[in-house]
Amino acid sequence: MMSRTLQVAKAGGALAVLAGSLPTLAMAQDAAPPVLNSGDTAWMLTSTALVLFMTIPGLSLFYAGMVRAKNVLSVMMQCFAITALMTVLWTIYGYSLAFDATGMSKEAVTLSTFVGGLGKAFFSGVGRDSLTLAIPETVFATFQMTFAIITPALIVGAFAERMKFSALLVFMTLWFTFVYAPIAHMVWSGDGALMWDWGVLDFAGGTVVHINAGIAGLVACLMLGRRKGYPVTAMPPHNLTFTLMGASMLWVGWFGFNAGSAVAADGSAGMAMLVTQIATALAALSWMFAEWLSHGKPSALGIASGAVAGLVAITPASGTAGPMGALLIGLASGILCFLASTKLKRALGYDDSLDVFGVHAMGGIIGAILTGLCADAALGGKGLAEGMTVGVQLWVQTKGVLFTIVYSAVFSYVILKIVDVIIGLRVSEEQETEGLDIALHDERGYNL
Amino acid sequence: MKLITAIIKPFKLDDVREALSEVGAQGITVTEVKGFGRQKGHTELYRGAEYLVDFLPKIKVEVGVDDALAERIVEAISRAANTNKVGDGKIFVYDLDNAIRIRTGQSGPEAL
Repeated sequence: MMSRTLQVAKAGGALAVLAGSLPTLAMAQDAAPPVLNSGDTAWMLTSTALVLFMTIPGLSLFYAGMVRAKNVLSVMMQCFAITALMTVLWTIYGYSLAFDATGMSKEAVTLSTFVGGLGKAFFSGVGRDSLTLAIPETVFATFQMTFAIITPALIVGAFAERMKFSALLVFMTLWFTFVYAPIAHMVWSGDGALMWDWGVLDFAGGTVVHINAGIAGLVACLMLGRRKGYPVTAMPPHNLTFTLMGASMLWVGWFGFNAGSAVAADGSAGMAMLVTQIATALAALSWMFAEWLSHGKPSALGIASGAVAGLVAITPASGTAGPMGALLIGLASGILCFLASTKLKRALGYDDSLDVFGVHAMGGIIGAILTGLCADAALGGKGLAEGMTVGVQLWVQTKGVLFTIVYSAVFSYVILKIVDVIIGLRVSEEQETEGLDIALHDERGYNL
Repeated sequence: MKLITAIIKPFKLDDVREALSEVGAQGITVTEVKGFGRQKGHTELYRGAEYLVDFLPKIKVEVGVDDALAERIVEAISRAANTNKVGDGKIFVYDLDNAIRIRTGQSGPEAL
């Protein structure tokens, strides 16, 4: 249970449930009812703003720079619209589906093993005085909302430059409802939730956010098909300065993502911040050197991509790994994500426009599995749960990864099929050639 | 009258402009252009996707001059734009039927 105490932070309103299984916390609660901690609250307010900043403008700019000039507004618009749409869905039922833990108890398999109820729909019962751990539940719910925003926004990179905007809105609504909210629930909502009960360690969203989005992206780009002209026509990024700025904002914002996932301003948050910085730095260098070796020159796009790969990979491990684990995760993710986004993609021929699979799914898988290894005290980690061995933890992590891959792939496929039948996924060839900015939005990014 | 068009390396523009002033050109027109010749292009690489960029950026300089000046102008451009490397560019000389100064309506060599 030791290592799980960190994940308690993710449990939302599950305090009562947790009290039964975590003796130390339970005792603390018996002694005194939970009280608001203003230090924790201040940090979580800050973290929430940081994670929102990751999507707009961080991810928007990161992606916008990599597309051609005629599609620059379309990807920024998609990220912006997703931010607004997910906020509304989170309010109506999303928070409830993800974090309503009513009636859940350890190992009991019910519907709420997979998805939460509607008890917190429209933030019912979430008032000024509601607490989650030692922070207002309003802050916890908004913090989690920013994760529900960035995850679908990540998928945008896979089908950039060719998806209908209307189809995107419907797809994202359904994907959020049937994929994001249930997976978030299964991993983070406490005792009685599927992957929580398995003992999967996912501090800040390796499975929930990155594998989930990366696999959905792969399925989406396969179903939409390649962009017209790919891979023969040159499709160079139109403004890599945007991409570098966006990657830098993601790096800064990620402190909110990872250190914020401690839901406290404490030692766990501090270690999460440190390991995030270390893994990101080494992944940036690893990608850069791998590219230098294989292509002869180090590139700005390469070092920025490596940084994002490192941020992704350290995410699930950030609550349990130590600095040595962070170095291992950074090295592995930098090199393997480089290979996935360049060699593997070329070899298989799919057109994942901005490498959502290569960076997020691969980085997420590497991170999620290595989380099991790096949690071990021998590698400077926090230590495994009582009675848990590294081998068993690695298997549990792998099980979580496989489940997420299969779940996300199957549901994404079905949802895309439905949307394709109803409105069609892809713009016409003429619109694609003209560019989505003019074809779908009647504006252009640059009138120079 | 002659119309002289020169395709030169972009970084040589200032030298060419100076050389043309020295030999008495009254005005020039400059355009940014792209093209290919014997100079090889370069490759660009983005996450493993390699693109051959074979249209290279060049500068096109146009100057209309009296016949008497034409040879010196060509010589001035040749000298100023020369780096002795492939890709230095070309100079084209055309016969020019007429020239008109829009403000005054003057035509022929005095309009240049």
